[in-house]
Amino acid sequence: MLRGDQTMPAILIALVSGLIFGVGLVISQMMNPAKVLNFLDVAGHWDPSLAFVMAGAIPVAALGFYLGRRRAAPVFAKTFSTPAQTKIDFRLIVGATLFGIGWGLVGFCPGPALAALQSGRHEVFIFVAAMIAGMLAFGISSV
Amino acid sequence: MTEFTPISAALGGALIGLSALILFLLDGRIAGISGILGSFLAFRPGEILWRLAFLAGLIAAPALYAAAGGHVPPLTVTSSIPLLLIGGFLVGFGTRLGNGCTSGHGVCGIARLSPRSIAATLIFMTAAGVTVFIMRHVAG
Repeated sequence: MLRGDQTMPAILIALVSGLIFGVGLVISQMMNPAKVLNFLDVAGHWDPSLAFVMAGAIPVAALGFYLGRRRAAPVFAKTFSTPAQTKIDFRLIVGATLFGIGWGLVGFCPGPALAALQSGRHEVFIFVAAMIAGMLAFGISSV
Repeated sequence: MTEFTPISAALGGALIGLSALILFLLDGRIAGISGILGSFLAFRPGEILWRLAFLAGLIAAPALYAAAGGHVPPLTVTSSIPLLLIGGFLVGFGTRLGNGCTSGHGVCGIARLSPRSIAATLIFMTAAGVTVFIMRHVAG
C-alpha cells in the first residue's frame, strides 16, 4: 500500500505540516475573504495585513529551502521534488491571470478556502466544489 | 472594513512558512495547496497518501485550534452564488494552468527566489487588484 516516497513518517509529517499551515491561516485571518479583498482594494479602506503574512512566511520558508540545498536528500524521502519548469511562458501568464481574477471576485485562494470549510457555511462549499471542478476541467483539457 | 492586524498576520505567516519548511526539509515537497489538491485529484499511484494527509491536516486545523481553546475569527463572505461558482472555477483552473497559487508561487516560489514564481505572484496580485477595483469602484 505504501509506495514511492510515502513512508509512514513522511505521511505523518505531511499531516503535521497541513495542520500548522491551517493554524497559520486561522491566526493570520487569511481564511476570511473580507481581509483578503480589503488587501486587494488599495483604492478603498486598505488593510495591508496580507503583506505581513507574506513577510512572516517567506523568510521562514526561505530558511527551509536554504537548509535543504545543503542536504543531499530530505530526511524522510529519497529526493527533493522542486518544480522543473523555470520559463515564464504563456501558460503561466494566462493561468496566473485567471487565478487572480477568481481570487479577486471572491477573496478565497485554495488554502484558505479548504480551511474555511470548517465554518460549515454553504458559500465555502460552493466555492470549493467549483474550484475542484475547475481543477478537474483542467485535468481533462490537458490530457 | 477590516482592522489592520500586523502582528497576528506576521505570526500566522511565520507558521505558514514553518509548514513549508517542515514539508520541504523532511518530505522534500513544496507546500503549494493548488498543486497538492490538484495532483491529489489526479490520483497518481504512489503519490496519494501524503497529499491526503496534508489536506486532512489543513481542513481539520481550524476545528482543532478551536478545540484547544483558540479563537477562530468568523468569516465574512458576501459573494453571490454565481460569483462563488465563477470565482471558484477560475481559481481551480487558473492555478492548475499556472502551476501554483498564493502558497506555491507566493510563499514557496518567492522564498526559492524563482523568477517564474515572482512573475506569477506579480501577475495574480495585479489581476486580483484590478478585479476588486472594477467590482467595488467601477461596477459596484
